[in-house]
Amino acid sequence: MTASLQTAEGPAESGAPLDPERRAAVVTACLVGGVGCIGVAVPIVESFGPSEREKAAGGPVEVDISSIPVGQLKVIEWQGKPVWVLHRSPAMIESLKNHDALLADPASKRTAYPTPDYVLKDPTTRSIKPEFFVAVGICTHLGCSPGGPFAPGENPQLGDQWGFFCPCHGSTFDLAGRVFQNKPAGDNLPIPPYEYVTDALVVIGEHKKSA
Amino acid sequence: MGLHATQYKGLLGWIDARMPSLMTAFRTHMSEYYAPKNFNVWYFFGSFALMVLVIQLVSGILLAMHYKPDSNMAFWSVEFIMREVSGGWFIRYMHSTGASFFFIVVYLHMFRGLLYGSYRKPRELVWIVGTLIFLALMAESFFGYLLPWGQMSFWGAQVIINLFDSIPLIGKDLSLWIRGDYVVGDATLNRFYSFHIVLVPLALIGLVVAHIFALHDVGSNNPDGVEIKDQLDARGRPLDGIPFHPYYTVHDLYGLGFFFLAYCAVLFFAPEMGGVFLEGNNFIPADAFQTPLHIAPLWYFTPYYSILRATTSDFMIWLAVGTACMGALIYLRLRGTRGRIGVALATFVLFVLLTVPQVRLDPKLWGVILMALSVTIFGALPWLDQSPVKSIRYRPGWHRVVIGVFVAAFAVLGYLGINPPTPGRTLVAQVCTACYFGFFFLMPWWSRMGTFKPVPSRVTFAAH
Repeated sequence: MTASLQTAEGPAESGAPLDPERRAAVVTACLVGGVGCIGVAVPIVESFGPSEREKAAGGPVEVDISSIPVGQLKVIEWQGKPVWVLHRSPAMIESLKNHDALLADPASKRTAYPTPDYVLKDPTTRSIKPEFFVAVGICTHLGCSPGGPFAPGENPQLGDQWGFFCPCHGSTFDLAGRVFQNKPAGDNLPIPPYEYVTDALVVIGEHKKSA
Repeated sequence: MGLHATQYKGLLGWIDARMPSLMTAFRTHMSEYYAPKNFNVWYFFGSFALMVLVIQLVSGILLAMHYKPDSNMAFWSVEFIMREVSGGWFIRYMHSTGASFFFIVVYLHMFRGLLYGSYRKPRELVWIVGTLIFLALMAESFFGYLLPWGQMSFWGAQVIINLFDSIPLIGKDLSLWIRGDYVVGDATLNRFYSFHIVLVPLALIGLVVAHIFALHDVGSNNPDGVEIKDQLDARGRPLDGIPFHPYYTVHDLYGLGFFFLAYCAVLFFAPEMGGVFLEGNNFIPADAFQTPLHIAPLWYFTPYYSILRATTSDFMIWLAVGTACMGALIYLRLRGTRGRIGVALATFVLFVLLTVPQVRLDPKLWGVILMALSVTIFGALPWLDQSPVKSIRYRPGWHRVVIGVFVAAFAVLGYLGINPPTPGRTLVAQVCTACYFGFFFLMPWWSRMGTFKPVPSRVTFAAH
């Protein structure tokens, strides 16, 4: 039975030349089949991405900032992430001015989480208006949500600085979301796209003027 | 074509005549598989692991009947199982205790391989498949841990998925693609559920079958590291072998009694194991806006998590020094010019990526690389171990000390990973990380040093 199988395999076994037409058909079939497989893979891979509903939920959010007391932080959900709006007091703004030497990236030059140009007119405040600081409250290290704002002396990791503290791996940030040196996080807190519609109304998730 | 000439009678004979491969498989893997007669207690853990796999499959199937993979319902459906489903708490604790026992048993099973050189030629493939099983098991556990949708589930998954962020260029898109949302959310929970109950279990079962096939083709190693197939009787059977069935099936059933004693003690009296097997923070529903004060993975991941955390910017210089020394050692060991140029180049590139400020990779990325290396390096053991004998019994006494230091470093890393980092603890973790990798990377040198004892031709065995 095995013997008959071997002869059935044909010319290749017996040393006769390959039929180029058949070989071409096999190669073509494999190529076309391969292209088909890649075609099928595309929607499968795409299905892992965010769905239309999640993309829509990632759309812009309006925030009324007039109700935030001075010195307080309001957390808004945007794209499922906590977005902070901090109403900075004059003392808080003052705290940002003289500690560039302690920061890892005081001018927000790193590009892993690009800081929009329109908040960098004054790199110490990282905001459109110094009184209102808007940032994504997710640590750039491994994605935990830092706590704060802490006043000087309130948090041992921050010492005599104002700032935020991430509980997971101990990164600290100033009140403009700039990370202090020698911390696990290398990047400042990301600034989402945002703009003022009126003095009291901020839209988070879009900045048309820059587009 | 006629029926197969069968040696069996009755129903079995009827089946065997039509499907002889069934009893052929039984003979190959059970009644005519000859295992060395000198197995000691370390050889129980393979069958224990198989038992735990069965426990996890059965309890998992039952849990899936009540669990809801929906971010609004998941946490409460687990509480529903715990409080309202008849016997639900028992099924759930079977599964959670089983997860920890899986790792206990598998770590001991792997340690056995290390002691007796079970990965050495011709068993390299058995070991590689085993390493893949270990990786699949970690994936299974990671996916499963998100499902209760507690704070630890949520933030643990958030931290681990964010590890991919550190990969240059594609990292951010990759982690978005893995999550299927901008943060860990419903999409993430649903796909993890699918992976946890379908994809990874299928892969695990396939790999376990491959592991056993590969083992049964080359035959089991034993505490003496003697090849029993080198000494055959007149009928071609190993002189020191006994049929797996009935001898080792009965032997393993006896061992399973002790296994269940330990397993049930935890299941019934300490299912949370003081917050180690089930973490306290996971009894709080997931909250994307509130990170718990302390995040730790489950105990069986903590050694690798410690290695990840130990890789800080201060550690880079030591990593660079280690890489340079390693490169020099390999360079001196190699004879061919081409190999030497390759090693010199690779060492140079790594050194530059570790030190030169303009091009060096983030410490965070190096942490991820080291963590990935720490779990996969086991697969290289068959080639790293250059000892002339397999078993620790015939190796120099100080080799036991080396293995002891490695185990201690592993345990300390595991302990540190459960706890929050402090500067002192980070330093200890860095020393232990160096010991961990030193053990593997220097093995080609230390494993051939010292005075080895003569290996007998037959296994040492005293009849009971």
